[in-house]
This record gives sequence, C-alpha cells and structure tokens, in this order.
Amino acid sequence: MLKIDDLRVNYGGIEAVKGISFEVPEGEIVTLIGANGAGKSTTLRTIAGLVKPASGRIHLQAEDITGLSPDRIVSKGITLVPEGRHVFPDLTVLENLKIGAYLRTDSLEDDLKWIYDLFPRLKERSWQAAGTLSGGEQQMLAVGRALMSRPKLMMMDEPSLGLAPLVVKGIFDIIKEVNRQGVTILLIEQNANMALHTANTAYVLETGRLTMRGTGRELLANEDVKKAYLG
Amino acid sequence: MLQQTKSKKGTFLALILTAALLVLTIVLENTLDPNTNIMLFTTLKKGAVYALVAVSMNLLNGFTGLFSLGQAGFMLLGAYTYAILTIPVADRASVYYIYNGSAVNFSLPDLFGGADTVPGLILGVLIALILAGCVAAAVAWLIGLPVLRLKSDYLAIATLGFGEIVRAIFQWDALGPVTNGANALKNFPTFSSFNITNESGQVVLRLSTFVAFLIAAVCIAIIVMLINSSYGRAFKAIREDEIAAEAMGINLAKHKRLSFCISSFFAGVGGAMFAMFANQAQAKTFTTAMTYEILLIVVIGGIGSVSGSCIASFLYVAASEWWLRFLDAETTIGTFKVPFLRNGFRMVVFSIIIMIVVLFFRRGLMGDKELFDLFRARRKKKEAAK
Repeated sequence: MLKIDDLRVNYGGIEAVKGISFEVPEGEIVTLIGANGAGKSTTLRTIAGLVKPASGRIHLQAEDITGLSPDRIVSKGITLVPEGRHVFPDLTVLENLKIGAYLRTDSLEDDLKWIYDLFPRLKERSWQAAGTLSGGEQQMLAVGRALMSRPKLMMMDEPSLGLAPLVVKGIFDIIKEVNRQGVTILLIEQNANMALHTANTAYVLETGRLTMRGTGRELLANEDVKKAYLG
Repeated sequence: MLQQTKSKKGTFLALILTAALLVLTIVLENTLDPNTNIMLFTTLKKGAVYALVAVSMNLLNGFTGLFSLGQAGFMLLGAYTYAILTIPVADRASVYYIYNGSAVNFSLPDLFGGADTVPGLILGVLIALILAGCVAAAVAWLIGLPVLRLKSDYLAIATLGFGEIVRAIFQWDALGPVTNGANALKNFPTFSSFNITNESGQVVLRLSTFVAFLIAAVCIAIIVMLINSSYGRAFKAIREDEIAAEAMGINLAKHKRLSFCISSFFAGVGGAMFAMFANQAQAKTFTTAMTYEILLIVVIGGIGSVSGSCIASFLYVAASEWWLRFLDAETTIGTFKVPFLRNGFRMVVFSIIIMIVVLFFRRGLMGDKELFDLFRARRKKKEAAK
C-alpha cells in the first residue's frame, strides 16, 4: 500500500534519513524500531508531508505522493498520530475529534459512534477539555482524532511514550483492534518489545539506515536485536 | 444531540438579547433628552464601534493565536475608504479646498439619489461600509504574504510597523487629492444622518445609536457564526497546537491568512463606523495608542471571549470617557479644595483601575467563556448537586 524508495531527508542541517526503502502492505501492522535519533520520527514526518525529502519517492497505492502538502496527504488517506500526543488542550474531546475530520464534508455521526465504541472513556468525557485528560486518555484521543479522517494508513509516533505499562498494553490492544477493522498501521517505537509483539513486519533503523528486516517474531528472537533493544 | 439543542437555546437567547438591546437603544434615544445625556449616547456609539473592532481583534489574537497589532492601521483604511466614497460630490470642493477639489469625483450615496434620500443613504452607506472592509481585507492579504510567516512578538512588531506606515502614507501631501493630506475628511453620512426628520428639519425619530448598534451587531453575529463553524474550529486548533493542526490536514498558511483577512475586514468596517461616530476621518486619530486601547479591551474582556470583548468595550469607553470625567474638574466642597483633582487626573485613576482589574482577573472578566456558558455552568453545578 505504501512504498518508500531510497528516501533521503535532511533535517536540522544533518542527513537524518540516509536512503531507506521499505513497504507497508495493506492490512498489516509494520513497525520501525530504533534508538533515539535514528531517524524514525523524521521518516514519519516526511511521509506525512510535514518535512520535505531531499530525494527518493513515496508512493501510496501506485500514486506518487512525494512532496505533497500535509493537507493533501491527509485527504489521500494517511494520518499521523504525533509523538507526545499533541491534543488541543483547551478544546473539548468532541471538538478535538471533529478537527480530526476537518477535511471531510460528509456526516460524522457514524464515525463518532465508531470512535466512542472503541474508546468508551472518550464518550464519558466528550465535554471535558482535552488538557484535563490523563496521559492514557489523551493518547486514546490522539488515536481517535486521527481515525476521524477515515485513514487507509495510520502512522503512530511513539504511542507508548510516557505511559504506564498497563496503559501501554491497552493502547496496543486498541491498535490491533483498529487494524482488524481494516486500517493499515505504520508504527515507530522505542518500546521494541511491545512493538515487535504487535507487528507483522518489523524494520530496525540505525542512524538513518535500515539494517534489519523480518517478522516481529524473527526480530524478537534475533540476538543483536535482543542485545540492542530488548535489554 | 443533547448539546446541540442546548447550543441552539444559547443562540436563541443571544438573538433575543440582541433584539432587546436594539429596541432599548431606540427607546432610550427617543425618551431621554439627547442634550443632557450626551455622554451616555457618545459612550454607547463609541462602545459599539470598539466592540466590533475588539471582537475582530479577538478573532485573530484570541481564537487563531496570531498576535497582531495592526488594528488601527486597518481601521484607518476602512475609515478613509468609507469617507472618500461617501462625501457628496457637491461638498468635495469645500472639503478638499487645499488641493483644489478631489481626484475622486463620484459618491456612492449620490449614485442612488443622494444622501438625503432613504435609498441613497442606506444603499450608499451599506456599500461603502462593505467596500471599506474589502479594502482593509485586500491590504491584509498583501501584507499577510510576508508577515504571517512570523510568529508571536515578531508578528506583533511587523503589524505595528504596518499601522505606522499606513498612517504616514495617508498624511503624505502627494496623495492629497485623494486623502486630503493631513486634513480631516468630513461631510459624509454619519450615524446622525439616520435620524428621521420632518419637513421643517426637526428630528422626529432618533436612530443614530440604533444604527451603530445594528451594524456592530450584524458584524459580530457574522464573526460568531464563523467561530462556531468548522473554520472556527480550525482557527482554534492552530492556536492550540500548530504541529497537530497541520498533521490533521489543516493548511496553516491558508487558514492564518483567512483569519487575518476576515479580522481586518471587520476592523475596516469598524474604522468606517468610527469615522461615522466622530463625524470626520483623519489619519492622526488612528494611532498605535488606539490599537492598545482595543488590545486592552480584548485582554480585560478575556482573550477568546466574544461577549467579554463586547462587555469590556462598553465598560472601557464609559470609564475613560464618562464616569471618571469628574476627576478632571477642579472641585471645591465649601471652602475645601479637593486635592489631586485637575485636568489629566482621570487617566491616572483609570490606569490604576485597569491594573487592579488585570491583577484580580488574570484571564479577563470572562476568561475564554461566553455569557451563556456562565448560566450553563451554574445549571450543571445545580444538576450535579442533586
């Protein structure tokens, strides 16, 4: 579904991504794992159009989307759950969700119901300011908001960041559930253990290059991965 | 759903309140003696003008999070556009006497039969007001191209500079045949032109305050509808978090420009209304100090609250123009001369009051709530108590 060819990105004066190629097949969960500064976030931000690549191509279902503006990319069906959640703190939960559907002009009723079924907690709190939610609830809201654009591909940047282990497990259960309902997922994580258990396909990103590829299970068993990322 | 019916009720209440206010202005103006209550009506008219400009500034500063200080500049553009387009052709020679007449030799009210006729007055003024807004919005679009790339303080400085430049340009002698240089433009239709007179020239129905309120109310209603639309949500999203807004597919540049142009449009209309209020348009009145007055109103009312801006505007104008006047007059009670009271003392007290208000209401009188949210919150609390 998503195909990245020899992508190079300069970010803050350095070459953060040094020619990576990978594919995200439809209906799968794909994860990129790697240490801080490996270029994971830059990769996602480039696919989302927030950063322009220096070279390389990005295709979504045979359509070249390289260098399109973020709003065009969202309307093509790719959405990003940004790192650190970035909910709109002074707006209500419902307003946050509606902004997720900003580019859509059709009725939102069904989708709101869908999100509220996925996250009953959000329904209870729909009139509360998003800034007053707990970290886990804010992450749910960030996911719900992204889903409101009816994406084909949802990209998630460190969904486990700063959350308690039990909450992280809840978030990953929801990721699997969303995937089962037909949304392809590209996930980047430092929490390699959780990500590899969830993903169909996994890549290891080291200082801007992909160094390993395998199924989640394969990488979990790999000695190098164990040493570097699983501790 | 449930909340929708509630917000509909809020809209309904707001409409009724506005209609009641409009009726009240007609009743007040026609029952009270305009000569003894001159300060009341001055306050009401100026308050209505400032309310509109404050709400327009709030749209940009409070709802979109763009800290701009160009409001007086856009008001000036609106005031001059309005004045230039509506001064009767017959009066142009006397208004522009220094420049031997005006370079613009048509007048909108004249096109519809003159400012003395009902269609001439209403259509002429209406079209001139809209064009005043359009000129301000067009200029905003142009300067927005470079300026909106800036953020926070830098944007404020750039827009402040814009206001100063506009004021200087309009006082430039070479543009005299159009702008009348540093001299005032006058003789155009004002709020008082809307008073209905009988054949012998006596006023039978005063509508001047009503017209000021009506124009302001319509404009503010449009801004409120915009804020409650999906565009308004996008503006708030940009204010809260630009990164997330962009990731949600909101085109930052486009929406910032949109908000800037709309805000400037209504500042332009407000400027035209200010000219109608003051009976003249002169560049030197649209100073940076005027922008600060508007900013103060926005802050006192609450950044992000439309009703706050409206309430604060009337309180501010009343306090600065009317209620504190007695402090400027030297007063003796019996043989005791009250100390401090002299010309200018009013502004000292006024400044202290503002400091106190800002100290005790950190987020302004209304915070980011609207008038109807307060009732709603109270009702919710009651329900919760049950």
